[in-house]
Amino acid sequence: MDNLINIKGVRHAYHTATGPLPVLDGLDVQVPEGGFVAVVGPSGCGKSTLTRLIAGLLIPDEGTVQVHGSRITGPRSNVGMAFQNPVLLEWRTILENVMLPLEIVPTKLSKAEGQARARKLLALVGLEGFEAKRPSELSGGMKQRASLCRALIHKPEVLILDEPFGALDAFTREDLWQTMHKVKAEEPFTGVLITHDLRESIFLADQVVVLSGRPARTQFVMDIPGTGLRTLDDLYTPVAAERLNVLRHQIEVAQGRVPAAAVGPDLPEGPGRPANETVTGPLS
Amino acid sequence: MKSRQILVPLAAVAIFLILWEALVLVMGWPNYKMASPSDLIPAYEKYWSLFLVMGWQTLWRTIVGLVLAVIFGVALGMVMGFSRTMRDALYPLLVGFNAVPKATVVPIVALMFVGWHDFNTVLIAFIISFFPIAVSVSIGLSTLEPEYRDILRSLGASQSQVFWKIALPKTLPEFFGALKVAVTLAFIGTNLMEIVSPHGRGLGALFDSGKTNSDYPLMFAVLIALAFLGIVLYYVVVALEKIFAGWADRTV
Ligand SMILES: Nc1ncnc2c1ncn2[C@@H]1O[C@H](COP(=O)(O)OP(=O)(O)OP(=O)(O)O)[C@@H](O)[C@H]1O
Ligand SMILES: [Mg+2]
Repeated sequence: MDNLINIKGVRHAYHTATGPLPVLDGLDVQVPEGGFVAVVGPSGCGKSTLTRLIAGLLIPDEGTVQVHGSRITGPRSNVGMAFQNPVLLEWRTILENVMLPLEIVPTKLSKAEGQARARKLLALVGLEGFEAKRPSELSGGMKQRASLCRALIHKPEVLILDEPFGALDAFTREDLWQTMHKVKAEEPFTGVLITHDLRESIFLADQVVVLSGRPARTQFVMDIPGTGLRTLDDLYTPVAAERLNVLRHQIEVAQGRVPAAAVGPDLPEGPGRPANETVTGPLS
Repeated sequence: MKSRQILVPLAAVAIFLILWEALVLVMGWPNYKMASPSDLIPAYEKYWSLFLVMGWQTLWRTIVGLVLAVIFGVALGMVMGFSRTMRDALYPLLVGFNAVPKATVVPIVALMFVGWHDFNTVLIAFIISFFPIAVSVSIGLSTLEPEYRDILRSLGASQSQVFWKIALPKTLPEFFGALKVAVTLAFIGTNLMEIVSPHGRGLGALFDSGKTNSDYPLMFAVLIALAFLGIVLYYVVVALEKIFAGWADRTV
């Protein structure tokens, strides 16, 4: 079992003014090398907290977070992050923004090579010709594309995306989904995608993890076979509809709106499984 | 475009002076009530060398006070911006300090360091002007969205890298906004001290001597000279802002 990211039995609580706030309790997530896992769950259940654990920005109270078999004890330079807020720096051009990580992480690239790589990435996401522009001159979708390039410039082992398309309109979002497939084909990465869009999760990822309400544990895991390029039409097939149904039910369970058993038996033979049955077999 | 930017303000000044002259003429005010621009010219002619010397005194002391205020204000702002505890501890103190009318502090400082006129003046310019700088820097740093920090921290960046690459540049627009206020305040501080101190120097002292000798045109001439210096200082800050934080200006 060669998992690049291995999260086991993680428990974590924030210390707030009103006492400890348990956020994660019994979290298990495995991502194999080259895998792309989408994490969905009710709002405020602890998804962003999970990304901070993987990035090493937060150390869990209990349990382990391993990347490449070694336990994470702090930030390392081999992750790339992108958020819902693109956080581009207004005093830099788009090209300089994309190159920012190269100023922090040790890199073998010369300045010119770094620039060439940044230009290549920008072209890959369709931002050719915008290298010298300022962030404020770009639309929301373009900013997200630039932010994605910045997350990839230093060839991170792990790409962490926290609702990167959450603030975009539906058309722009679907555009970016297709861009993501293109990027994944050209610049292979191991990724964790936080999202609240179930269609997005089954379109992009090869595994969807549903978290329960706060404190979050891994409630349900669904494999999406057939990785590689998908088309938007794939979202309108009966198989996709069934997957979305199962996931929607799981979200409702996670939100506590329906008990797990109430609707369960009525569902068709689904492709998913409760988390605690097969936590160690992520991809078939 | 360029010439318009210069001509329009000049024309505004000319119109202002004409209206002033006309007002004094029409109302028939004697020059001890209100001097007119034409009264000022002889005053400048008579005392031009004094104006240069005193103006320089006022200018350098204001600038030194301001530079100290920037150094101290930025340092204090950094401490309060990065540490919640320090912010909670220092904020009430600072606000209380700032609430004290500075006109009451001036005589105290003047007595405390009597005879050290340069030191006194610089000190007041500093005391009066560091507050807005400290507050703006601390607010700029403490309101930095966590994502900005995380982008760099997740790459293993140090606190100082986060500060230099993101926090500081991001705070510059607020900093310059505060500096514009601070410039004016420092200038007021310098002048208060120059006026209050016995045997003071600088434009404030010149103003005071005008008062003592009932030389009213001189007093008005000093006011105008102060206004001129204030404008120069202000636009120096504006120029610096254009250079270092011009990116924040989104008006096209
Ligand atoms: N630094 C913090 N200190 C205290 N509490 C926090 C902190 N960060 C997050 N929380 C709390 O922890 C819980 C989980 O936060 P988190 O941001 O991980 O949720 P999320 O699943 O990403 O939410 P959303 O779907 O809205 O993005 C929330 O209730 C939040 O209020
Ligand atoms: Mg979140």
